[in-house]
Amino acid sequence: MSTSEIDRQWTTRLRRRVEGKLPPEKLLPDTQPTYVSSWIYVFGIATLSSLGVVIGTGCILALRGPQWWHGSAYGHFINSMHLWSVEIFFFAMVVHLWGKFAMAAWRGGRALTWMTGVVTFLVSIGAGFTGYVSQSNFDSQWISTQAKDGINATGAGAYFNVLNLGQMLMWHIVLLPLGAIVLTGMHVLMVRIKGVVPPFEEGAEVAE
Amino acid sequence: MSKKSFRPDVDAPKWKGGYSPYDIIKEGTIALVVILVLTLIFAIVFGSPDEKAITVRTWSNADPIDFATTALSELNGTSTSAAYGAPYNNVPGSGQAMGPLKLEQWVGVRIPINAGKDFVISPLKSLPDQPILDQNLKTWSTASTTTQNSWLSSYGKAAAKMKVVKGQIVVNTTSAGPLPVMINDLTQMARSGALDQALVTGHGFYTTDYTKPLLFLADSGYLSNLASNQHLTGDQWGMMNETGSYPGQAWLWLYTFWYQIPPFNTSASGDALVFATMGVLSLLLLFVPFIPGLRSIPRKLKIYRLIWREHYQDSK
Repeated sequence: MSTSEIDRQWTTRLRRRVEGKLPPEKLLPDTQPTYVSSWIYVFGIATLSSLGVVIGTGCILALRGPQWWHGSAYGHFINSMHLWSVEIFFFAMVVHLWGKFAMAAWRGGRALTWMTGVVTFLVSIGAGFTGYVSQSNFDSQWISTQAKDGINATGAGAYFNVLNLGQMLMWHIVLLPLGAIVLTGMHVLMVRIKGVVPPFEEGAEVAE
Repeated sequence: MSKKSFRPDVDAPKWKGGYSPYDIIKEGTIALVVILVLTLIFAIVFGSPDEKAITVRTWSNADPIDFATTALSELNGTSTSAAYGAPYNNVPGSGQAMGPLKLEQWVGVRIPINAGKDFVISPLKSLPDQPILDQNLKTWSTASTTTQNSWLSSYGKAAAKMKVVKGQIVVNTTSAGPLPVMINDLTQMARSGALDQALVTGHGFYTTDYTKPLLFLADSGYLSNLASNQHLTGDQWGMMNETGSYPGQAWLWLYTFWYQIPPFNTSASGDALVFATMGVLSLLLLFVPFIPGLRSIPRKLKIYRLIWREHYQDSK
């Protein structure tokens, strides 16, 4: 096999592209610019960590099925952990989002990083909502019967039936977490490729 | 890039300053442990709510008159479900609109619900060995629509003084045809728990679809009274609440906010307006990097000076 033939392979091209965009020192950096020194940066990693706890506790709940936590003290405790990790996740994510807005973190070719973050936030709202309507208790009865009107008003209710427990549970434990995890992975890789946005250069607006 | 073409809300200056040590793996591990400990503390101290689901059986036993009048509303077409329109049924003039966009109606009926048939007639027909009921059901089904409406009207008028006597629904009317037997038998069926099963087995032995019993429950006054007691209704910011004193979906505060103010809380298309508004706001948030003016807000607000205060102090 000639070298040029190897060069043309999809695998070779992809590997070179990844190596160029994301060398190991960018993927796992051991230094960072000195301006990355604020409590606001904690909320990005806090969001990521709480997503890990959300997924972990969700997986434990999945082991015994959707009804288990109603009749087991241990199951109820895992459900409590699932709930509170979700609360922490959203709190950290919202602070992270507004912190990044205040930094105009889309600057310097980082628009796609911002956009994947926003879409992850919206997908997470969907994941949280489908969790609430999948609880199979009074809360899920009330929330689903009320939410149907809003979703029906968009036309989506005909296909996304919030009163169908099986459909909502599948969205909650498969489709939306998959979306959130893939988007979060893309978001983090983009941050690693582009780096953390530098501070505004004061006086630059005069130049514009 | 020349200095002249530098756009401060789009471009970022190249960092020419120093770097400090950063152990990303250590930071991630510490963050995970802290979040795990916080989660454990919250779970131990506060737990989580799990108010038992109500059933048609609990509803009909707790408030048989509310159940019987709801069943009547399914038959005479005045219940929310019967008059809903798409995606459940064809009801002229129903459905919400976003201005000229009548998405609900355009999508059409995709989850067919015939409230009277699905919630009353079919469950009654599923009861075995009920000769009197069977005769009354036959009388109902063979009557003309005009006659049925006359019976419904008579029963509806008398229902204002409906009573429960020894567990039986009693309505003082002789001109409601088979309705007194049908409504009473449905109430007895509900109180036994049989109606719960009859409503969810529409797809066979296995099912995970609770559309019918949930729509039926939602038509009742019983469910909304319970929800109101738990501060869950729309005008109580219910979209972001859950039972007990738990934070619920606090991140939906903006969705919920619109339901508290006109025109959202006065329009017949309030839900459509709220979702359209939130859709536009979400798109604005998504495309902030490309919207002149909006993308300048952070630079003009200068909150970034707080975030990077050490950097700006060092730069002086």
